[in-house]
Amino acid sequence: MPSSSSCRTEFLGGVRAELPLLLGVVPFGLIFGVLGLAAGLPGWAVVLSSSLIFGGSSQIVFAQLFGAAAPGAVIVATVGVVNLRHALYSAAIAAYLKALPWRWKLLLAYLLTDEAFAAGIGRLRDGPATAQRHWFLFGAGFTLWAGWQLSTLAGVLVGAAIPAGWSLDFSVALTFIALLVLGVHRRSDAWAALAAAATALLALGLPHKLGLLLAAAVGVACGVLLRRFDKGAA
Amino acid sequence: MSTGGLLLTMAACGLVTFLIRFSFIAGGQRLPASPAFSLFLRYVPPAILGALIAPEIFPGGPVLVEIPGNPRWWATLVALAVAAATRSVLATIAAGMLALWGAQAWLA
Repeated sequence: MPSSSSCRTEFLGGVRAELPLLLGVVPFGLIFGVLGLAAGLPGWAVVLSSSLIFGGSSQIVFAQLFGAAAPGAVIVATVGVVNLRHALYSAAIAAYLKALPWRWKLLLAYLLTDEAFAAGIGRLRDGPATAQRHWFLFGAGFTLWAGWQLSTLAGVLVGAAIPAGWSLDFSVALTFIALLVLGVHRRSDAWAALAAAATALLALGLPHKLGLLLAAAVGVACGVLLRRFDKGAA
Repeated sequence: MSTGGLLLTMAACGLVTFLIRFSFIAGGQRLPASPAFSLFLRYVPPAILGALIAPEIFPGGPVLVEIPGNPRWWATLVALAVAAATRSVLATIAAGMLALWGAQAWLA
């Protein structure tokens, strides 16, 4: 019988581990709220996407493609590609959740984001293997979830007060530029981005925004092929 | 897109995202020994970001003569420099928007 006090201790430990990460997440939620409106989504849809999709970068992609009148199938495929990295997190924590009932597996899968994984994996991997340790991941995931919902809502309220004509839609591209620069660690990362960018422009004439998925495929292929020229590559 | 279409698309995006997160948890497995999959995943973020950014800067496609008169191009250069120097998303957005407004006023 798991004691409720140790569940509580684990939960609060997860909350504490997540709080510093909220410093980066809350401004991002505010920005998403503002630029979701700027991209043309209705306010209710911006707020709803935070609980239905619950993945920051993919929600920005969703808003941008909606604003560009991309067909639903292309939007869903692109959001899936953007969130594909979560499969790695799922694989990394699966063994620790193996004995849990399905309702816990469903809940923790829903809450599995970049930040919840970052805050929770250390406890799961290196901490004592108690029967209540999943409460730590729950605490971290729930804290991030609540912070994301509230900051998105605040962003929508702020965004509604910003006048049109400020070219605020460009902040979507600027967010992507920042994420790209932060994520480029090797030359092959940069080549992947450049190849994808060039392909996206050349393929602008393709119907249904299909050029986006083609460009992503070309970029990934270039990165994989050029990685041998990275410094220190084997 | 209609309201119903928007809701349906968003729900499908949520379902796909959830299924990705649920995949290995449902199977109760550890990471399969597939270096090819990890290698592929590594280049997904830069590729998808590059593909998303380019049409925002050049909505008209690859027309080289239009580059000097495109305020978004100059704002992008500023944003790249600020992102590299500060490693901050907020600073990049602030500097990029200021550069865009400046370039729009200058080129107008």
